[in-house]
Amino acid sequence: MSSHDHHTQGHGSGAHHELSFWRHYVFSTDHKVIGVQYGITALCFLFLGFCLMMMMRWQLAYPGQPMPVIGKFFGEAAMPGGIMLPEFYNSLGAMHGTIMVFLGVVPLLVGAFGNYVMPLQIGAPDMAFPKLNMASYWVFAVGGIVMLVSFFVPGGAANSGWTSYAPLSVIATMGQTLWLIGMVFLITSSLLGSVNFIVTIIQLRAKGLSMFRLPFFVWAQLVTAFLLLLAFPPLEAAGVMQLMDRVAGTSFFMPEGLVVSGVPSTVAGGGSPLLWQHLFWFLAHPEVYVLILPALGIVAEIIANNTRKPLWGYRPMVYSAIFLGFMSFIVWAHHMFMTGMGPTISTFFATTTMIISIPSVIILTALVISLYRASIRFTVPMLFALAFLPMFAIGGLTGLPLGLPASDIPLHDTYYVIGHFHYVVAPGTIFGIFAGIYYWYPKVTGRKMNDVLGKIHFWLSFVFINMVFGPMFVQGLAGVSRRLYSQVGYAHGEAVQSWTITSSWGAWLLGLAQIFFIVNFFMSMRAGKKVSDNPWEATTLEWAAPSPPPHGNFTTPPVVYRPPYEYSVPGLAKDYFPQHAAAEA
Amino acid sequence: MRLWQRRAAVLLAAAAGGVLFARPLLGAEAAAPTTPGVKIDGAYADWRNLWLPPDISQHGHNIDGLIYFLHGFMGVLFVGWGVFFVYCLFRFRQRAGQRADYNLVKAKPSKYAEIAVAIIEAVLLLGFSVPIWASVKNDLPTEAQNPLRVRVLAEQFAWNFHYPGKDGKFGRTAPQFVNTASNPVGLDRSDANAKDDIVSGEMHLPVDRPVICDISSKDVIHSFAVPVLRVKQDAIPGMRIPVWFQATKTGSYEIACAQLCGNNHYSMRAVMVVEPKDRFDHWLEEKSKPPEEFEEE
Repeated sequence: MSSHDHHTQGHGSGAHHELSFWRHYVFSTDHKVIGVQYGITALCFLFLGFCLMMMMRWQLAYPGQPMPVIGKFFGEAAMPGGIMLPEFYNSLGAMHGTIMVFLGVVPLLVGAFGNYVMPLQIGAPDMAFPKLNMASYWVFAVGGIVMLVSFFVPGGAANSGWTSYAPLSVIATMGQTLWLIGMVFLITSSLLGSVNFIVTIIQLRAKGLSMFRLPFFVWAQLVTAFLLLLAFPPLEAAGVMQLMDRVAGTSFFMPEGLVVSGVPSTVAGGGSPLLWQHLFWFLAHPEVYVLILPALGIVAEIIANNTRKPLWGYRPMVYSAIFLGFMSFIVWAHHMFMTGMGPTISTFFATTTMIISIPSVIILTALVISLYRASIRFTVPMLFALAFLPMFAIGGLTGLPLGLPASDIPLHDTYYVIGHFHYVVAPGTIFGIFAGIYYWYPKVTGRKMNDVLGKIHFWLSFVFINMVFGPMFVQGLAGVSRRLYSQVGYAHGEAVQSWTITSSWGAWLLGLAQIFFIVNFFMSMRAGKKVSDNPWEATTLEWAAPSPPPHGNFTTPPVVYRPPYEYSVPGLAKDYFPQHAAAEA
Repeated sequence: MRLWQRRAAVLLAAAAGGVLFARPLLGAEAAAPTTPGVKIDGAYADWRNLWLPPDISQHGHNIDGLIYFLHGFMGVLFVGWGVFFVYCLFRFRQRAGQRADYNLVKAKPSKYAEIAVAIIEAVLLLGFSVPIWASVKNDLPTEAQNPLRVRVLAEQFAWNFHYPGKDGKFGRTAPQFVNTASNPVGLDRSDANAKDDIVSGEMHLPVDRPVICDISSKDVIHSFAVPVLRVKQDAIPGMRIPVWFQATKTGSYEIACAQLCGNNHYSMRAVMVVEPKDRFDHWLEEKSKPPEEFEEE
């Protein structure tokens, strides 16, 4: 990045000397290349996490039956005769959660969309610390590799759930050690990234781009970066402490007097299993907002663009996002209502939980009212963005009975919880991710993805994803515990087993539906329709750069004259007025 | 409607219909036999399984009422909001020669709706959830109500139920006395209070009498979950946490583990037999034999 300074003075793409293949595509410091690296890696992990889940769904639907075709590839230690063992099922469960959250969704939202789009939207030539940015990706990659390697150690990958509750995780097989080491890398990567994002957004905005002219997506990234920066260090510390419990004989999370499998434990004791839960959820609740805020940002961009009118309630949305950020640090113990919590503490956390629902309602309401008196274009990204709204609403509403301690009693740790948070992150966040991919694909490649394939992908995904997660509310109300290798054997489980089978078929069909996306994604790179720099007729700055943007992004440094979503301004010939246009062209 | 919209609607309807009709074909109707030897009550095997299981507890109707009300409230919000959403999608779709309205509406109704939601949430929390939680957690039955006290000790992958016996006093327990086969809770046989203590893998309870369970674990975290009682409490090693309830209906029910506890988490279940007082007393009598005979079992 020796030519970095020149770019800011406006020399543009021609000013830099040729980079070698390695520096250009592998160890690149260009935010766009890093964004694409994050995107491709994370999409692969997302697919892997999805495959793990599809295997689990076989065992749940047809427990104890050999898995057709795939089963025989996994060997005696995992699936003798094609029948999944409980320990392998638990590994799949723990790694599905870990991979989806830490290696799939967050790297996509922050690493890929954040890295690629945010500097363009603020008119910056690159991130503030390009080398730090590169380091962040490679530390992430190491963490991902450690997680993958853990599948092949004796005892298999971590099998204590993605939450890794002690003491189970402390006495678990070797995969857990690798899980902890992998997590330390992933957390370090996020910390490096978050510092970079904050500095970039504060320091590198284009001339005229005041904070309240920032696109909502950038605000979402800013709040997210603060959440990552402040919430991850406690989990990093906790991860190292659990690692010490496992390898160095400490007992931060181990009480005295344990008897495991009939043998009195020799650990010194004196630790607290609940300490782990507090440290874990102190991260993992803000993490929920890390998973949702950038997706809300993407959806807001696309809704403004496709309603052809300014977002309704831009400022309240920004204030709500900031408020969500603050509040997300004081709700964590609502994950722990069943740990023996008394009325005082539970009332505090239930109150903060009810309060945090208000800004979410405000953001969602603002996005829906934005549709009023609009001129809605049903493009593929818009379909995903629109579907996000009711799906996120279901996810949010079903959080209500879980957030009140009394109604949480029968629902806690059942499938109801699984349905609830998957509605937030799967048809919620992941639909936001798909929307973002269809929307910004032309910026990255200069070509549009195919519309027909996109619409087939949308409708099939929309139907099948509800077939996966809808039945889980029924199972949860029936009282079926989560993380069961099989619910057959419980009378209340067998009563709703037919819904499990429905859900499993939904998952496999959802998997098939993704073929339309994968084919479209690769095919459009070469065969997609070539489009102009601003194919969606959008107003924000990323569309002022060429597609794909050259090294350094803008041919001339943009100057910003107006708020982000000036669509359908009365008296103008065109129905959009870009932020950087001095006057109508 | 444009062509693709019509196609999508047909596709959506076909898929939804397909799901419903395919369920029996996918083996959805083939129910396997349950726990061998014991007929388990307390699960609906018909359309009622779309909702909560039967409730056999004294306090459960409060929780169920709250859950019913919440789902009604959620339904009203979702439908009300969804009608507006769908109306906008049809009414304000892009048309030739028509522009979006640049001016933003003054949306008073949305502000009132948000305030109403906040007030209802506050009422639900302070008026219902907090009192229910307080009674479940704090208002343990007094001695005058003659509660039955049972210690529940979880382990990978079984439940142990420890009754104090006739003297009403629990014998001393310690980790070094634990023997998986003969002494699962680690009872000190030399302690006088331990002489008549009962340890069972099946939970027996008298109907219509308050029960206090002190819940703990020997190894990892488990969770004592009884769906029909609307009771759930994590079993945490190093902590002994009381939970109380009163069963109102006799029968055999299921106790499940609700917290991932290892490979056989899925099979960590026990039977809870709620029976009339005389049969419960008879069971206690049968169980409280001298330790020698107990060990031979």
